[in-house]
Amino acid sequence: MSDRFSFGRLGALLMKEFIQMRRDRITFAMMLGVPLIQLLLFGYAINSDPKQLPAALVVVSQDHYTRAMVSALETTGYYRFDHVTASASEAESLIASGAVVFVVTIPSDFARRVDRGDNPQILIEADATDPSVASGAISTLGTVANEALLRERGMQTAAAQDAASRLDVIVHRRYNPEGVSQYNIVPGLLGVILQMTMVMMTSIALTREIERGTMENLLAMPASPFEIMIGKVLPYLVVGSVQVVVVLSAAKLLFDVPFVGGISLLLAAVLIFVLSLVLLGYFISTVARTQMQALQLTFFFFLPSIMLSGFMFPFRGMPQWAQWIGEFFPLTHFLRIVRAVMLKGANLSEVTTEIVILCLFIIAYGGIALARFRRTLD
Amino acid sequence: MNAVEVSGLVKRFGDKTVVDHVSMTIREGEIVGFLGPNGSGKTTTIRLMCGLLTPDEGEGQVLGFDLITDALKIKREVGYMTQKFSFYEDLTIAENLEFVARLYQLKPVGEHVDRTLEELGLSSRRRQLAGTLSGGWKQRLALAACIMHRPKLLLLDEPTAGVDPKARRDFWDEIHRLAAGGLTVLVSTHYMDEAERCHRISYIAYGRMLATGTVDEVVRDAGLTTFVVRGPDVHRLAQEISSLLGVEQAAPFGTTLHVVGSDAAKLETSLSEFTKERHGISFERGETSLEDVFIQFMGGARDNMQ
Repeated sequence: MSDRFSFGRLGALLMKEFIQMRRDRITFAMMLGVPLIQLLLFGYAINSDPKQLPAALVVVSQDHYTRAMVSALETTGYYRFDHVTASASEAESLIASGAVVFVVTIPSDFARRVDRGDNPQILIEADATDPSVASGAISTLGTVANEALLRERGMQTAAAQDAASRLDVIVHRRYNPEGVSQYNIVPGLLGVILQMTMVMMTSIALTREIERGTMENLLAMPASPFEIMIGKVLPYLVVGSVQVVVVLSAAKLLFDVPFVGGISLLLAAVLIFVLSLVLLGYFISTVARTQMQALQLTFFFFLPSIMLSGFMFPFRGMPQWAQWIGEFFPLTHFLRIVRAVMLKGANLSEVTTEIVILCLFIIAYGGIALARFRRTLD
Repeated sequence: MNAVEVSGLVKRFGDKTVVDHVSMTIREGEIVGFLGPNGSGKTTTIRLMCGLLTPDEGEGQVLGFDLITDALKIKREVGYMTQKFSFYEDLTIAENLEFVARLYQLKPVGEHVDRTLEELGLSSRRRQLAGTLSGGWKQRLALAACIMHRPKLLLLDEPTAGVDPKARRDFWDEIHRLAAGGLTVLVSTHYMDEAERCHRISYIAYGRMLATGTVDEVVRDAGLTTFVVRGPDVHRLAQEISSLLGVEQAAPFGTTLHVVGSDAAKLETSLSEFTKERHGISFERGETSLEDVFIQFMGGARDNMQ
């Protein structure tokens, strides 16, 4: 056998590697299961031309022209009118909180103006914080609405086919009128960056102690599981706070991202988000047996949370089941808060639901982690 | 009063019984050596006693606290030195000690740390990272950290593994000094000379307590007879001698061969016949050592390693 290469020696190395691979169950599962899960998940969930977007309809009269307009908009497939209201302020808070992407307002004199032959108007307000969401819906709008109106009038009075009384569709791109994608991406990046560093750092917190053998000593000394958890989590909360300041300053100085809402509300929300992340990391730490496994679990969590949270693709554009999965990531809720507060100037009452959900994550992760933490080596 | 009084301790991991009805009594101020082959359940028994593991069966008291219900109180009063160095290698010596002092709520922290460093002779190296210490110094640091909170019971799990003879000697002097001050010590070891420095020893194999008592008692109760065989190239005869009737162990020691058996008469007959045929080979009565007894125990105990 040659000194440089021997199939026997190579065989020994390969055998050893495969045995180790097989022994490490989590890694093995990751290599086989994760690609498949992610392919299915993202393949079906991601849609860059989102349809069936939630919309609110502000309408006062219930005449046949209005009904014709609404059904025409719905048949485009882009709009799904979840909310019908007569109050403009209710619609305003729906779009501010992110519950709807569009507000369609049909004025009370719409039917009268059509009948009189004046130019009727409808107003479409689109939430343009994510410019890609609204673009398809807006581009098809003018033609569809006009055709519908002509059709409807044709049925009523075959004579009135003059081009002068065309429908005016007024589009307001709210919150981000120029469609600058950074305005959407940079606040989102704050959440993604925090998630990446916070979860990863804390996920190895306990496994590192176990791997280095210091856990046995720590457990033999009088420290309670709660003390150990807080002791692990708090330092990273501080690190996270520093990151927040850095990212927000850069957002303002380098990218000129508008900062409409209250800074204290934003910081409070960020703090809650970071706490939920470090506790999530700590929870992973109680599941994983080695630092390597902890990192793998972190990444397993990381990719879907980026894809399904509304960071990379419009959340409302995903199928319902994918939106449900998305609801289970803290990032999803944080993105709604940070976009609402920074770009729309939302106040506390408009983001309360999301903040409450983040708090529930904190309680759940912390509770499970404490329950899973073993005070003994059993 | 007894510092440790446990009975019928059982610990299973899966379907393997690692500690099998172990009972132990240690008087206050006593140094008890804990011996047994690798994987015999020494570490597990020690962990049961300091509340790091909960027993599946059995009961008992450690320092007057119930083993099952008062594990936390036991932790406060016990010093446990793990087999592997388990302090933070990326912290300095002083930082490690400060950490331990704060966990035990020793006040003032600085005073306790300074005193401990002084006693260790490490004051000048207080800013050195613990990971850069040699094996012997790591062991001294670990011991110092374990006794800083003045525990009443010290549990040492193979504290001198991989430590040089001088450091070992110093370590044992320290243990005796502490015991003289009233501290109770349970120390596991593989070294026979260390076993002989204990007031009493307990021998455990495959989870079962096989013998307990002073070294002399354990040797006497084993009922073994030892002959020392001498002669040219006697070590080459080990294989042959060990197959003789009545011979249970035959081990070369330098130029001699220690032959051990439990039936003295049978052993003597066999050896007489064997040496008669060979010129220049003689044998005489020898003293049975603790090691001979342990090898005997190990051979006799059922193999439970799987």
